[in-house]
Amino acid sequence: MTVPLAASSSSIHVTLGEVAAALALVAIAAIASRAWHAGLEEDIGVAVVRSFLQLTAIGYVITVIFDENSAFLVLALISVMVVFGAFTARHRAQQVPNAFWPLLASLGVAAAATLGLVLGLGIFEATPRYVVPVGGMVVGNSMTAAAVALNRLGEDVHDQSRRIEATLALGATSSQAVTPLVRRSLRSGMITLVDSTKTTGLIFFPGTMVGMLLAGADPTDAVRLQLILLYVLLGAVSIAALMAITLARRNFFTPAHQLREPPEP
Amino acid sequence: MLFELEEVTYSRGGNVVLRDVSARLPVGASSLLGPSGSGKSTLLRLLNRLADPDAGRVIYEGRDVREYDPLALRREVSLVPQLPALIDGTVHDNVAYGPRLAGRSFNARTCLELAGLDPTIEDRDAAKLSVGEQQRVMLARAIALEPRVLLLDEPTSALDQAARDAVEGTLGRLRARTAISLVVVTHDVAQARRIADHVARIDAGRVIAQGPAAELLPEPPEPELATAEDAT
Repeated sequence: MTVPLAASSSSIHVTLGEVAAALALVAIAAIASRAWHAGLEEDIGVAVVRSFLQLTAIGYVITVIFDENSAFLVLALISVMVVFGAFTARHRAQQVPNAFWPLLASLGVAAAATLGLVLGLGIFEATPRYVVPVGGMVVGNSMTAAAVALNRLGEDVHDQSRRIEATLALGATSSQAVTPLVRRSLRSGMITLVDSTKTTGLIFFPGTMVGMLLAGADPTDAVRLQLILLYVLLGAVSIAALMAITLARRNFFTPAHQLREPPEP
Repeated sequence: MLFELEEVTYSRGGNVVLRDVSARLPVGASSLLGPSGSGKSTLLRLLNRLADPDAGRVIYEGRDVREYDPLALRREVSLVPQLPALIDGTVHDNVAYGPRLAGRSFNARTCLELAGLDPTIEDRDAAKLSVGEQQRVMLARAIALEPRVLLLDEPTSALDQAARDAVEGTLGRLRARTAISLVVVTHDVAQARRIADHVARIDAGRVIAQGPAAELLPEPPEPELATAEDAT
């Protein structure tokens, strides 16, 4: 199935003035932060400026890529997203030794596998207009899931180092010793998307559907495209979280199945 | 000789925990005796390769421990840590853990009996046992592997006197019924005297004395002296 997104989404034009008007809502957030001494005013300011600059820049990049219609440029953009995603997620998983490489591999494989599958099955056309936004969503959601999963794994290995070493002392391999933690970490990485998928349409309207409705698309098309994306993302985050955990769990141990950071005696 | 340590040095976080330690632990019951923080628990972990020394060699039955498969070594030389660290599940799940990984048969009730526990607790949630019972389940699950050597890190430090006496009695019976060797880490001179045939005294990461317990830790002539010595 190919959703006729391009045909229905070009009917909206947003001016910079309208974007500026939306800043009124940001002002409310800043005033609330000041009134309650939450200390977020500076962060809110940085967020506003960064989001404006980053999205404007990526808008120009996407325009060029759409105009050029080059597979190489699409691949380059998604590769850059994967590398930045791995760098960003690494900061969330600081208790995991050498987390960057497992994250890079897991985001790369999640992006390649899911995009390959949706293109191979003919769900989307192999054109920049589909691959770039879907790739961005896949990498972004995969990054969050992998970061949350590894963050949880790092905390659990640290907190349960006595129990892990006690099972190693009974002849367990390092993989066997962390198996109970892997289950919990995988769950942590995926639960947010699973829960939001369960409640979608009831408690909130997901972004793609909202964007398409605002752009004037038919509600049926908006719903169907959103469903495709939710299912694609479920696959992507499970691949990313599982692969990140599988690759990163080895980094807590030496090849002789010893904890690199054993519990304090 | 069961274990030989040759000029073993081990550091952790930039601090030298063991410095040029050389020691010999014969078959039978040995004690690593020293104050807390002296490095004796760390030394115990080197014996079944839960850690490797930065320098020097640890030799088990004539071969460097690094020549053994670490998993097989840990099933033969099993360590019971100082604090209970059971897996989630029943007492049976815990006793079964090691033998199942190794694909071996076991008798949970016999292991529990050997560890001084009532075998009827087999189906109870391990997390709901007292600390003393949990410590003995730790012992039972190590016994389930039928190890040739048991490494015990302060096996009674979390226990009251009655439970301590029970665990010491268990270790005595275990030695009488099986050919097992013990290496017991303790800070308690009287306990080392009760359990061990051979003693290595450790202080500040060095072995300061070693030899037969009867020579190194003679019975005190009067009870008052024993009390004073135990407090060290």
